[in-house]
Amino acid sequence: MRVELIKRKEQSRKMALLSPLIAIGLTALSAAIIFAISGHNPLLGLYKFFIEPLTQQWSLEATIDKATPLVLIACGLSVCYLSNNWNIGAEGQFIVGALFGSVLPIMFPDFETSATLPLMLVFGAVGGALWALIPAVLKTRFNTNEILTSLMLVYVASLILDYLVRGPWRDPGGYNFPESRLFSDAATLPDIFGGAMSLSTPITFLVAIILAIMLGKTMKGFEIRVMGESPRAGSFAGFSARRLTLFAFALAGALAGLAGTMEVSGALNQLLPTISPGYGFTAIIVAFLGRLNPIGIIVAGFVLALSYIGGEAVQSSLGVSNKIASVIQGLLLFYVLACDTLILYKIRIVSRRASSGEVSHV
Amino acid sequence: MFEAVLLTVITAATPLLIAAIGELVVERSGVLNLGVEGMMIMGAVVGFAAANMTGSGTLGILAAILAGIAMAALFGFLVLILVANQVATGLALTILGIGFSGLIGEAFIGVPGLKLPQLYIPGLSDIPFIGPVLFQQDAIVYISFLLVAIVAYTLFRTRLGLVLRAVGDNHGSAHALGYSVIRIRFLAVLFGGACAGLAGAYLSLAYTPQWVENMTAGRGWIALALVVFSSWLPLRVVVGAYLFGAVNVLNLHAQAVEFDIPSQFLSSLPYLATILVLVLISANRRLTLVNTPACLGKPFVPDR
Repeated sequence: MRVELIKRKEQSRKMALLSPLIAIGLTALSAAIIFAISGHNPLLGLYKFFIEPLTQQWSLEATIDKATPLVLIACGLSVCYLSNNWNIGAEGQFIVGALFGSVLPIMFPDFETSATLPLMLVFGAVGGALWALIPAVLKTRFNTNEILTSLMLVYVASLILDYLVRGPWRDPGGYNFPESRLFSDAATLPDIFGGAMSLSTPITFLVAIILAIMLGKTMKGFEIRVMGESPRAGSFAGFSARRLTLFAFALAGALAGLAGTMEVSGALNQLLPTISPGYGFTAIIVAFLGRLNPIGIIVAGFVLALSYIGGEAVQSSLGVSNKIASVIQGLLLFYVLACDTLILYKIRIVSRRASSGEVSHV
Repeated sequence: MFEAVLLTVITAATPLLIAAIGELVVERSGVLNLGVEGMMIMGAVVGFAAANMTGSGTLGILAAILAGIAMAALFGFLVLILVANQVATGLALTILGIGFSGLIGEAFIGVPGLKLPQLYIPGLSDIPFIGPVLFQQDAIVYISFLLVAIVAYTLFRTRLGLVLRAVGDNHGSAHALGYSVIRIRFLAVLFGGACAGLAGAYLSLAYTPQWVENMTAGRGWIALALVVFSSWLPLRVVVGAYLFGAVNVLNLHAQAVEFDIPSQFLSSLPYLATILVLVLISANRRLTLVNTPACLGKPFVPDR
């Protein structure tokens, strides 16, 4: 038996929509198998993991809270990936953004005005952008591989955070716990709709819409897609690959930094040695599942957020380790990438006995 | 004292060396597998679990190698058969490996591990200074030296090596000459997986004989950087791995002496050193362009 790929004349629109759904289906199937192997009723496991969190208000709200940073980070990453810039260090940009955003409430706790919060958000975006510009500048200036440098900076960023909360930024009245002081009210991102969601959710929604318009309707969006698909054609059109690299990284970093600041200001209300359950890495999956399209990313972010909540749900109700969430996330990305083949190629399975006769098309 | 420092350099360098030499072969065949970290951590957890359950270090090592190969096969299927994006698939492999190892390893947290025994090479291990440093190591350290020698010889002195490099430099021509590009690349990817698995086993059976979640701590990524540093030449991988081993040891000893430097700064040294080295190497165009496999990361679909 042999697998043969036949290139389609053009991308299949049907498959472009279907492939993420097939991937989710396959992931659910795999999850059922994992539940069965670990000695649980697979159907019950699937229900607890994927369905039950959607039926209760509190878990639905928790899912939206988790989806928000994922969507915001993934929106930035999609611009990077569309333009062939492999920024995989969003986790570090998230952390450094949170650090920049925390400068005001931690070092100047008495600065409590209506300008505090907007300034924090700006600081956060700038911090994330600056951190992301390091691999971008190294790439444009020295031709250094941005994949490795952006990832190395994640480790550096989390060590800086660790140093600050255990050292100079430790809460003076906090009994030596490694945590910063609590943010004042003026530095806290408010809840809206009677506490149903944080202000970060509508901000993220707005960013995704703006980005969708930018990618779909403007010259910049055209530039991003052309440079990603054919840098040579792009350079004939007068687009500069270097400038675009700097732009894509800065944008992705700014959005990750904004997400970081909103997370510490809205959800945690202080800095801790760990401020992210790997949002920056999960956002990579979100970006691909959402087909690098901001609207798709909103849906994908919700799906991935569900996996965090579902993981906690099966741990508390079935006693399955919540580590299963990260396994399911990893499998999902695998299936997404595998299914994307269907968009560009027809798959033909040729049996060894009759290579011309018995063929089955998919 | 100096002897002790050298010994720690070797232990720190060995996992990097093994993983990097495997990835070097993969990249020479034209495939970029960014999932080294994921294959390595699976090797670490499976190796630890197998050694713990059977009481045999050898079985632990074998199981780790198989785990690395299984992960690599998954990657190979997606990238070579389904022509999925290599960068994204490599990332997926790392994310999956870290997740799976956490799930498998949960039962082994805090369980005392099994440390591979030191093998004394008769005669040589009695030489003063050199003996204890070079000839009283565990099996994996010897294997690492052997691997480098075999890979260096095979790549540049045998027909197999020539074909492998041809596939990596120009897959179109290699295909036209009748070589099965996909099959050769698949075998190279599996070899890389075996090496990464072995490197993981070294971490959980020799370096720190226990299972700690995320215990690879970016070593797979540093191994990837070492391949770039070596400009795809096996002997330079040795130099790079031992340089990084030295940085690591500097970090350990500086923390013991309690300099007035925050420990987090010292811990970040290997990552900063990686960035610095990458910049220095890639700024030198001549060095990188000569040996970079021309088809590195490019997909290949045979037209029949």
